[in-house]
Amino acid sequence: MAELGSHIATRSLPLSGVHGGSSMVRLEPAAPASRISLRVRAEDVPALSSALGVDLPVKPKTSAYANGRTALWLGPDEWLVIDEGESGLMTAAANSGVLHSATDVSHRNTAILVSGPGAAAAINAGCSQDLSLDVFPVGACSRTLFGKVEIVLLRTAEDAFRVEVWRSFSDYAFGLLSEGARDAAL
Amino acid sequence: MLLIHCPYCEEDRSELEFRWAGEAHIARPENIAAISDEEFAEFFFLRNNEKGLTYERWRHIHGCGRFFNAARDTISDRFLMTYKAGLPKQPVPVAEEFAAIAEEKSVETWEQTEGDAR
Amino acid sequence: MSASSNSGAFRIKGAGRHTPARTARFTFDGKSYTALEGDTVASALLAHGVHLLGRSFKYHRPRGILTAGPEEPNALLDVSRDAARRQPNVRATVQEVFDGAKISSQNRWPSLRYDIGAINDALSPFFAAGFYYKTFMWPKEAWHKIYEPIIRRSAGLGVAPTEDDPDHYASRYVHCDVLVAGAGVAGLTAALSAAATGKTIILVDEQPEVGGALHYDASTMIGGQNGYDWAQAAAAKLKAMPNVTVLTRTTVFGYYNHGFLGLVERVTDHISRPGKDVPRERLWQVRSKQVILATGSIERHMVFANNDRPGIMLASAARSFLNHHGVAVGNRVGVYTAHDSAYEAAFDLKRAGVSIAAIVDNRDRPGEAVLAEARKLGIDVLAGHAVVDTSGRLRINSMTVARNGNFDRRKIKVDALIVSAGWTPSVHLFSQSRGKLKFEAASQRFLPDVYAQNSISVGACNGTDDLAELIDEAILAGGGRVALSGENRFEWTGGMIGAAEGAGPEDAVKAFVDFQHDVTAKDICLAVREGMHSIEHIKRFTTNGMASDQGKLSNMHGLAIASEMLGRPIPQVGLTTFRAPYTPVTYGTLINHSRGDLFDPARKTPMHALEEAEGAEFEDVGNWKRAWYFPRRGEDMHSAVNRECKTVRDVAGVFDASTLGKIEVVGPDAAQFLNLLYTNAWDTLKPGKCRYGIMTREDGFIYDDGVVGRLAEDRFHVTTTTGGAPRVLNHMEDYLQTEFPHLKVWLTSTTEQWAVIAVQGPKAREIIEPFVEGQDLSNEAFPHMSVAECTVMGVPARLFRVSFTGEVGYEINVPADYGAAVWKAVWVRAESMGACLYGTETMHVLRAEKGYIIVGQDTDGTVTPDDAGYGWAVSKKKADFVGIRGLKRPDLAREGRKQLVGLLTKDPKEVLEEGGQIVADPNQPKPMTMLGHVTSSYWSENLGRSIAIALVAGGRAKVGETLYVPMADKTIAVEVTGMVFVDKEGGRING
Repeated sequence: MAELGSHIATRSLPLSGVHGGSSMVRLEPAAPASRISLRVRAEDVPALSSALGVDLPVKPKTSAYANGRTALWLGPDEWLVIDEGESGLMTAAANSGVLHSATDVSHRNTAILVSGPGAAAAINAGCSQDLSLDVFPVGACSRTLFGKVEIVLLRTAEDAFRVEVWRSFSDYAFGLLSEGARDAAL
Repeated sequence: MLLIHCPYCEEDRSELEFRWAGEAHIARPENIAAISDEEFAEFFFLRNNEKGLTYERWRHIHGCGRFFNAARDTISDRFLMTYKAGLPKQPVPVAEEFAAIAEEKSVETWEQTEGDAR
Repeated sequence: MSASSNSGAFRIKGAGRHTPARTARFTFDGKSYTALEGDTVASALLAHGVHLLGRSFKYHRPRGILTAGPEEPNALLDVSRDAARRQPNVRATVQEVFDGAKISSQNRWPSLRYDIGAINDALSPFFAAGFYYKTFMWPKEAWHKIYEPIIRRSAGLGVAPTEDDPDHYASRYVHCDVLVAGAGVAGLTAALSAAATGKTIILVDEQPEVGGALHYDASTMIGGQNGYDWAQAAAAKLKAMPNVTVLTRTTVFGYYNHGFLGLVERVTDHISRPGKDVPRERLWQVRSKQVILATGSIERHMVFANNDRPGIMLASAARSFLNHHGVAVGNRVGVYTAHDSAYEAAFDLKRAGVSIAAIVDNRDRPGEAVLAEARKLGIDVLAGHAVVDTSGRLRINSMTVARNGNFDRRKIKVDALIVSAGWTPSVHLFSQSRGKLKFEAASQRFLPDVYAQNSISVGACNGTDDLAELIDEAILAGGGRVALSGENRFEWTGGMIGAAEGAGPEDAVKAFVDFQHDVTAKDICLAVREGMHSIEHIKRFTTNGMASDQGKLSNMHGLAIASEMLGRPIPQVGLTTFRAPYTPVTYGTLINHSRGDLFDPARKTPMHALEEAEGAEFEDVGNWKRAWYFPRRGEDMHSAVNRECKTVRDVAGVFDASTLGKIEVVGPDAAQFLNLLYTNAWDTLKPGKCRYGIMTREDGFIYDDGVVGRLAEDRFHVTTTTGGAPRVLNHMEDYLQTEFPHLKVWLTSTTEQWAVIAVQGPKAREIIEPFVEGQDLSNEAFPHMSVAECTVMGVPARLFRVSFTGEVGYEINVPADYGAAVWKAVWVRAESMGACLYGTETMHVLRAEKGYIIVGQDTDGTVTPDDAGYGWAVSKKKADFVGIRGLKRPDLAREGRKQLVGLLTKDPKEVLEEGGQIVADPNQPKPMTMLGHVTSSYWSENLGRSIAIALVAGGRAKVGETLYVPMADKTIAVEVTGMVFVDKEGGRING
């Protein structure tokens, strides 16, 4: 038992080894991250914000970033919190002491980083939202559809986006982004 | 492709992100176990399916995930208003209602265009 | 006339806008021709004097080029680059020539000049309108054997390519403030005006260059310069603005709800060797706050006897070929018109050195200005005359002219005849947007009246003929300020709709209204006589306007003829509805990326690659690829499944259960919520324990099922069927948000968070034990239906003791990225102990041996928990749950409902077919009384015989009885049994 139990499982990432893009768009799988799906009632938002060290945004389609953590507004009582470092998100949420639901979805999602002058056009190959800077500024985020799969889209810079997608849809999302990237370079 | 205003996202989004969810303002009876067969049929099976102004539910399923209510003119497909779930049936603004009625008269229907040759 | 060297004898030196040195070679029906870059196939062939391009659909009459644009009904060709890149029914007037294009005529055999099908023309009395509906009625048997094959062979024009399309197609969603459809004078002016406001603008035009009517209209001056040159300069100015996108070779094909428009951009159809990354076409899905429709108007032909010969074309088309392409459509050209615009075509041709035989004007009083100019140029004008016939087999060689109301005829030799009956505003997009049209009697045209969306029509499509007025209207629509003036040489007057002199209802002539479908004025008259009084019925009876050009030229003529016959004004006869697409759109564009790997997402579990390496065959379950069975060398599916089934019960098996839906239910009211959503009671379930739950809809029928584990007082791990996961979550959210919003509970999908490795069989515990830390796996500490959070191979895991086989079973849930590593380690150990990998097929057999149902296979939306034998799962104590009232409906509570039971065939080797119908007496007369049907049926290697599950009326009371399953070739006797076939006492699961 001991000799087998000492085997520590290694991590295999859903998009490991894929690459793509074009002269106008860079596509790369994001590094593994910790994520929770967080559900909180309005009155308890301040307590969770202070427990997580990032202010949960309450305005639709916005995100907040602090201390290596990004909180994305997904719905009126729903946030996706992404920690680029080691987790602690579940524990931090639990320490808030107020009513909430935190569920670990670190492995449910994976992310694709889309950057370059054609990034928005590549995403608009399959996303019906208006990604002009006026309507979807830096920091804006939204759950939406990309082709036939659901994604969470976050604009991290004027020409950079993070596409969060469920792991089994990531091949499709990467493939469609590659098509969009190819067309955006024309 | 409809453009639908989500009252939670406070923005117009493409119909692609939404899913229709049937007639609105049909509350599940609190004492459902005790109601008669007729009352159950009325609650569960029978729908008005009105032509013109209808109140219906939509879910922003690929957006904020919320169910909400909409007043839509089924002839013109115009959304007269949308509002959050849980609110009582909202009156349609008068101006919108007139516009809807005017449109109703002006928009061709199958009966007008194809049905008069009997 | 001085002809340029090799780009065609009819090329006029100094005319047109193409560069003589820039040529392209192409073939037409195998013969090689030289074109100039910018030529359409039509202009290039006309330059060589080729007018005969195809045969008509029904009568196989020789046809040429009628127009110079997308409204072309006649000149439909097959254009190919190679064997796979071949497209039929391409309009010669739209397709640009590219070097190496191979172009062929269609709908002719054995050749274009001698076409056997032309016999139809002689037999035309038999092919009058409505002939389909009458001729093929009798005898009935002849339909399949004779008529249908003949119709199928002769129907359609081109031939579809047989190879896969190797091109790719792109797609873009885009938003703008103003979309301007059409880049003629009106569209360009409106775009300039709108662009000045700083709004985001998309300007779209279907032609390779902007300019619209300025392509042919060489006499109009805008802003002090030649109109066409002004247009190019305006487009260049717009393209340079950051807020403007100019799309040429792009058609707005649909104007849908709420400012949504579909555009198709033809990216490579004009290029000889397109780059491999370049899409052939690009679909633009535009959402625009405002739409300015500047779609112009389309010239109509004259309806007269034999008006379809090659060489007869619209006056504006001839002008386009001359002024844009530098091609004369003939040496001696006749003109037949009811409108001043054709005069200008005659003037341009005359000045270019072409002889004008005569202008035949069916009006008594043509416009004075054009009349004066004609006299000045020495052109003979026959006012109050009509062309009553034409001659020439493969091309017109004369027109027969008569004074209106007079029988004296004379023949005039011509080699081309240009015609104009006036102009029809292009209101297609306005109408698609659900705008309402009004008929303007004075000008005999339909114009935009009531708008349904935020759009505005400007210019010719709005009936605005005066150039100054048009420019003002366009500037106003754009909302900005632009200083612009324009100047026309002539004000146009005139126009007619309907049949011209000599083509009326009593005249036995072929005067074509719809060229592509060979509909004549006589056919419309016949339709009215046959009792068709609505234009919608006339359209379907005659097929007028139903061809790929959708009646752009023919609708108004058809309507006018019907109106005259019916004696009712045009608005009362009606107008057929304009529908998208404006012009045909390829399927490639409509589906764009959704082909090959991107047709649909193929969802793979974290262990997919490892399973593939172990030789798994996969099956599709929804979007998921699931390991189906693991054949070893030499095994077929049957033997692999038999081996897997035996091994699992004898030793153990490892199964990938990752695709099962998972929902995390969290909050202090979680148990209460599950009480409402499932038929079972959940408040009695202790943390660390699992329960099998059944979910019904409000109507009482089974909706889904699955094991639910309670991890803590306020946290449940719910599993659903693989296919049911999204709809079950939606169903739960619906109730939570709208019926039970007071409950403090939230739902999160965790299907993909966890990789699930099921290990089932007598040796399951022994296999997994070394990997598990933090949980005692003994029966006492961790009995059947337990759940624990522990550590597996150093990663946090959720371990379930559950079974879908009836054996001792565990499901190891680890975070998905660790699934592959854990699966591999477990499998290495399991294999060394004699266990096997098994797939969904074996899973199905093993569960059926135990009588476990599969929702959606053994149930079909009409099965209650009691029908399925799961009445025990419906709590009798709860005051409420979804389905509680539905289950009390009299029909759901009555005796004799169909119930799930087991079936054993009398012949143990006989495996029933799923779906097989069950009867009590196989000898009863047909139609037999069906008692139910087989829902699951397998060969059970463990039992050495077949087993089945079936829905049978009053089934549980029939246990022990013999029933029958009649098949096409035999009747199978079966015995009704209980549903558990293996380990009826159920001891193994606790072993």
